[in-house]
Amino acid sequence: MLDLHGYGPRLLEGAGVTIQLAVLSLALAIVLGLLTASAKMSRSWLLHRVATLYTTLIRGVPDLVLMMLLFFGGQMALNLVTDALYDRFGVDWYVNLNAFAAGVLTIGFIFGAYMGETFRGAFMAVDHGQIEAGKAYGMSPWLVFRRIRFPLMMRHALPGLSNNWMVLLKTTALVSVIGLSDMVRIAAEASRATHEPFTFLIPVALIYLLIASVSEWVFLRLQKRYSVGFGGH
Amino acid sequence: MQDITLWFQDLLAGNLIFTPQTLGYYWEGLVTTTQLVFLSLVIGLVMAVPLAIGRSSGRRWISLPIYAYTYVFRGTPLLIQLYIIYYGVVFFDGIQETFLWPMLREAFYPALIAFTLNTAAYTTEIFRGAIKATAKGEIEAARAYGMSQGLMMRRIILPSAFRRALPAYGNEVIFMLHASAIASVVTLMDLTGAARFVYARFYAPFEAFLFVAAIYLCLTFAILYLFRWLEKRLLAHLKPA
Repeated sequence: MLDLHGYGPRLLEGAGVTIQLAVLSLALAIVLGLLTASAKMSRSWLLHRVATLYTTLIRGVPDLVLMMLLFFGGQMALNLVTDALYDRFGVDWYVNLNAFAAGVLTIGFIFGAYMGETFRGAFMAVDHGQIEAGKAYGMSPWLVFRRIRFPLMMRHALPGLSNNWMVLLKTTALVSVIGLSDMVRIAAEASRATHEPFTFLIPVALIYLLIASVSEWVFLRLQKRYSVGFGGH
Repeated sequence: MQDITLWFQDLLAGNLIFTPQTLGYYWEGLVTTTQLVFLSLVIGLVMAVPLAIGRSSGRRWISLPIYAYTYVFRGTPLLIQLYIIYYGVVFFDGIQETFLWPMLREAFYPALIAFTLNTAAYTTEIFRGAIKATAKGEIEAARAYGMSQGLMMRRIILPSAFRRALPAYGNEVIFMLHASAIASVVTLMDLTGAARFVYARFYAPFEAFLFVAAIYLCLTFAILYLFRWLEKRLLAHLKPA
């Protein structure tokens, strides 16, 4: 039954690609988001400006356009660099930007901007007395971040984080357009080849719903974990 | 007009990519994108009002099917929805004999249907949240005046719910503008479609995509300021004094 004209196993592989893509992009987005939030809260005028420019530009342009810009433009820029290396130094080195890497970079880059906003709000919601207490104990800034600011911030960030993750998950579908064989691309190919679109597209839609439902459950657990000590939330 | 044309030709002289012809493609793309986004938003908005009222209803046989609809459309990628409608529309029995077929055969209408159903689902949930947040006192006051359910909805709940929904709806409009870029995947020549065409023809990714990104950015800011202005006018009473 799960054979689907022989496309079943490939579709499952595609689902694996989608999940890997989503998780790696999320990791990159969280790192970029933390950096952006720190830059926005820093006293440096320049850092603040750069972070604001980043979040404004990213949130004003469609994901697909950014993805194509990075994938097609990135390949061209890489070619220019490798060509120059060959001309100057005779280094024969060619890099082919693959769709997976381009996808992770673009999606991570896009959602880093959204995460930045989420984290900034959450960091500002942390009671300042806690940070002062950490300093009074002689903790280094990094230790204060790791033991106090980050865990306390997560409680406020989780709802936004979960929301961003749901949008990110759906955005991974766009990488099929630049040629990555995720489950959407395989389903679309199979639909065209067999003229049975529903057979392939509806299972893919159900897999997305399944991933979304599982993540909802995970985030609920996390929310409980990070709310320990805040009285029944 | 003559002057402008001359000035324009002067500006473009020596530019291999941004010729009047390619700018024409971008212009047509802008028109297609605007039509697609505007129409789907308007139809989606009209659909969302009754759906949101039904979704807030206490009767589960009304609210549950609507919840199922919004859950599915908000939980799956728009691209999948577009593919299902674009590739699947042929399979409705007898549709090829109806007057609708010449329209549905083109990519524009399947895209319009997909976008409309998608935005209607999101807007329904936005309105539902706004309806739920109506102050209890207002409803009690309306009941005390002897208003019927319909009258209360029309005079008390909806007007204030629309205002509360405004900021979230502004985000939805921008989201829709950005989501419309995937129309180019089903061969539609929208803004992104024009950029892909220019890229393929001149192999100039930076020019093609940066230019279109700038257009989207301008559109986004226009929507942003429009909603900010609307909020200032309609939500003035909620501002802290």
